[in-house]
Amino acid sequence: MSVQAGADRASNLVRRSGPSMLIGGGLVLALAFFGLVSVIWTPYPSDAMDVLAKLKPPSSAHWFGTDHFGRDLLSLVMGGAWTSFSVGAAAVAVGLVGGVPLGLIAAWRRGGLLSAAIERSSDLIFAFPAILTAVLVTAVYGPGAGNVIAAVGLFNIAVFARVTRGAAISVAARPFVMAAIAIGRTQTAILLRHILPNIAGALIVQGTVQFAIAVLAEAGLSYLGLGIQPPTPSWGRMLADAQTFMFVSSWQPVFPGLAIMLAVLGLNLLGDGLRDLLDPRGRDRRAGR
Amino acid sequence: MNGVVKLLGVAAIGTGLCLGMTAPPAEANEGKRTDIVMGVTLEPPHLDPTAGAAAAIDEIVYANVFEGLTRINESGQVKAGLAERWVIEDDGLTYRFILREGVTFHDGATLEASDVKFSLERAMAEDSVNAQKALFSAIASVDVVDDRTVIIRLSRKEGQFLWNLGWGDAVIVDPASADTNKTNPVGTGPFKLDTWVRGATLTLTENPAYWGTKPALNKVTFQFIKDPAAQVVALLAGDIDAVANINAPEMVARFQADGRFAVDVGTTEGETILSINHRRAPWNDVRVRRAIQHAIDRNAIIAGAMFGFGTPIGSHFAPHSPAYLDLTEQGLYDPEKAKALLAEAGVKSGTKAVIKLPPPTYARRGGEIIAAQLKAVGIELEIVPVEWGQWLAEVFKAPHDFDFTIVSHTEPLDIGIYARDDYYFGYDNPAFKELMKTVEETSNPAERYALYREAQQMLADEAVNGFLFQLAKIGVRRKEISGLWMNAPVQANDLTKVHWE
Amino acid sequence: MLPMLSHRLAGLAGTLFAASLITFFALEVLPGDAAQILLGTEARDDTLAAMRAQLGIDRPMAERYVDWVLGLLTGDLGTSQIYGIPVADMVRDRLAISLPLAGMAFLLTVLIAMPIGILAAAGRGGPADFLAMGFAQIGLAIPNFWFGILLVLLFAVKLGWVSTGGFPGWSDNPFNALGALFLPALALALSEAAILSRVVRGALLETLGEDYIRTARAKGVSSSAVIARHALRNAMIPISTIMGLQFAFLVAGSIVIENVFYLPGLGRLLIQSIFQRDLIVVRDLVLMFAGIVVLVNFAVDLIYNAIDPRARVQR
Repeated sequence: MSVQAGADRASNLVRRSGPSMLIGGGLVLALAFFGLVSVIWTPYPSDAMDVLAKLKPPSSAHWFGTDHFGRDLLSLVMGGAWTSFSVGAAAVAVGLVGGVPLGLIAAWRRGGLLSAAIERSSDLIFAFPAILTAVLVTAVYGPGAGNVIAAVGLFNIAVFARVTRGAAISVAARPFVMAAIAIGRTQTAILLRHILPNIAGALIVQGTVQFAIAVLAEAGLSYLGLGIQPPTPSWGRMLADAQTFMFVSSWQPVFPGLAIMLAVLGLNLLGDGLRDLLDPRGRDRRAGR
Repeated sequence: MNGVVKLLGVAAIGTGLCLGMTAPPAEANEGKRTDIVMGVTLEPPHLDPTAGAAAAIDEIVYANVFEGLTRINESGQVKAGLAERWVIEDDGLTYRFILREGVTFHDGATLEASDVKFSLERAMAEDSVNAQKALFSAIASVDVVDDRTVIIRLSRKEGQFLWNLGWGDAVIVDPASADTNKTNPVGTGPFKLDTWVRGATLTLTENPAYWGTKPALNKVTFQFIKDPAAQVVALLAGDIDAVANINAPEMVARFQADGRFAVDVGTTEGETILSINHRRAPWNDVRVRRAIQHAIDRNAIIAGAMFGFGTPIGSHFAPHSPAYLDLTEQGLYDPEKAKALLAEAGVKSGTKAVIKLPPPTYARRGGEIIAAQLKAVGIELEIVPVEWGQWLAEVFKAPHDFDFTIVSHTEPLDIGIYARDDYYFGYDNPAFKELMKTVEETSNPAERYALYREAQQMLADEAVNGFLFQLAKIGVRRKEISGLWMNAPVQANDLTKVHWE
Repeated sequence: MLPMLSHRLAGLAGTLFAASLITFFALEVLPGDAAQILLGTEARDDTLAAMRAQLGIDRPMAERYVDWVLGLLTGDLGTSQIYGIPVADMVRDRLAISLPLAGMAFLLTVLIAMPIGILAAAGRGGPADFLAMGFAQIGLAIPNFWFGILLVLLFAVKLGWVSTGGFPGWSDNPFNALGALFLPALALALSEAAILSRVVRGALLETLGEDYIRTARAKGVSSSAVIARHALRNAMIPISTIMGLQFAFLVAGSIVIENVFYLPGLGRLLIQSIFQRDLIVVRDLVLMFAGIVVLVNFAVDLIYNAIDPRARVQR
């Protein structure tokens, strides 16, 4: 593929997906970039305390101000981006790895016992409000990144199982799959060559949506004190701290909150754009919340 | 400008002032408020102080609803309670208590010597659910002589016995109502329960049949507000009149600047320490523990976690005690020395450890600072926040699964915990145990103090735990209120002397 | 219709039964016990044993599970281990906050979302649509607890118009109580309103595209009248389905938002009971939240089936 063709294709993509993909993708890339940078460099070490310089408003030395231990809020927000994105990505990965095979089995063995069991289990998970599941899992098994990923991932497994099943069933009914069955291709071959590539779009779109939900969930759990623990920076925890010191430093809740908002906004816009591009029929499918 | 406002203010309240000045002192209270709304952090699970350890119970009922034979006052002294006087026989084992006359319970029943016998035996019984059963362990028998006389015989000398009887866990209850005190407390105190809206408020009203001096207040409302920030708002909005111990040291400056409020900074019995698990290597090495003490900057912790409130301590003893020995110079902040000691003990930089932090602000904020300070000398702490239930089950009880924790030990004069077998931090030193035994058998105060100082020195030398600071009690009140306790020798909100100026 | 109903009811009962099993046994592994929490550090082992016997937590797991479920079936929620009072009483007190909160948030959701959705649909592709959908995107992205903090910061800390939290109780002055619920309800409503406004817009656009609407338009009925009289009525079926689901989400949303505003509702009771190891209360509440979600879903399905003949055909 020539460079020119690639560029054409890219501009074509943008035209078809509209500005939301551009804005969303831009926001996500920018925040991911800050997160990546934070791994090797932040203006100050994110856990460096200076109790004499605590609760200072934004200044040229500390662009976002300092928190109650005198830590640099900009460094913490950058570090929070890394935490947020890695937890979100892991939670989506758990959902994909666990949910897609289950969904495929449920679609393939439709009407069977296994399929029914998968269906009932995901019904059960959906019976608990997602936030309740997450609170219970982290309260019972203790706070921390791993358990947050498990809690959100559990819910994602159910979401992806359901999306995969739905998409696989509709793809399986299409003529080219019928034809493949008729000419006696193996199940694995059909699965790999026909089903998976055709449901990938729906999965990518759903993955983006679940990513946004995971970012929100991590922030919410950390806000409640059930999520990420210090000294790992987390936007949700920063907000909890900020609320405590609301009377003495009112700017403190602004930046971590904005960061969450921009991340979620970016991911949602990106998801919308990808949907228009990859999965036009799946519009307004927002299974997981 | 300021002057004008003040003048106007005086003019506006002038009539009221005149009345107040001409009236005789007895009527000076005319028009004063006789109610108070107290903000308290924790809601008690129930109201029976003889069946639970929650300080929240005593904070409502101690001295207000329930009374014991003796009582502990604001300065930590033992005073007469339901017992008008007592005689200790020469053997030091027999106590004869004479009860006050005309004492009745809230349900009208009269206090009799048999109630005392019942209450104490109930607390000692096999199926007792008294959280401080040890308070009564020296009692051999309780005998009723007549309606107003009780003789308590001890099986061994107990220097603290009268003090023990002053605890909330030792209050006198009526057999008829003992089992229902959890939800419907029937005591002998100047206040009785009016209403309890769980999760919100609890109201006490005056007991018209009270035997003693009637308090100036006739209605006390406790409003349960868990979050410090919400307590601050409630105070500023005038929803509550006082908070006995506010968990928001960052707000003190604001209240001090506000003319409507007064802030009382007093002391508690809480030695706040970084407890170290002696059962685990390398913390059982005294060099490592000394290194930790040198790695900790107490002043930074007090400044950062408590906004400057708290007195540094160098051992496990309250600075306001006459037996206190200042050992803070001994483990001064010196990260280089800490690193050297760690290297000497063979502890590698990057050694990982777990610190479990219970919910109070001092622990959660203090823990973050300590984690940063220890990281600077090469010990990396994983912070695990725990609720009290989990702390009790994992840290306090076997298997003692922790490396470090931060706790304020709030019982008065509790250096004896270091002599206990298998206590949670696992310090085991026969010499210290011997020393504590000598203390118990010594009755001469001067000798006792000397022994206590020796004990403090021993703990500091061994760097048993990271000794941080004595927890302050920060009370915020409308400035017209007086009579609230400044210090907290026991966890109580004794409102019997409280009045509005 | 009837066999479908009984089939669904059986599924519902099965889900709730499974939920009760999971809830009970998942919570059994929580470290810490209520007796120790009640009695504190100085309690002796015999005292602890006596307290455990009094609370009934020394009995075998299976026995306690059966007791709990049988109790629930006869309408007995049990007694709180920590407070020693019936859980039903505690839940009733808390419901008096959480339900009005969810109700008010629901009302706000509808009041915000309907006009925005309608305006967007009426001005499809125009500036109104752009603004409305921009609102929806941003509303969806703002975490409700952050929005709550910002509301408190503005209206309580800066302007001093309202208290920053807490609940004055219904008995004193119901208007104060309603006032205390307004900001939390608004914080809860924002993201739900964002979702609903998109749904309203989508549903309206769909019905606007249908034949009878085009006919009405062709007959010269004005655009706004078309929306008001015809399109909206038909669009209400999908809209109300979403609304039903949203109510369940609003009830669950109280778990976080009650902590932002220090409201003593069900959500705070849940968190507090988890921390105090008051497991009877936790189990009852978890099952209650799950029950609300399942029942609302069930009811929504039923209504959907009853109203919309197409849905019946599709199944």
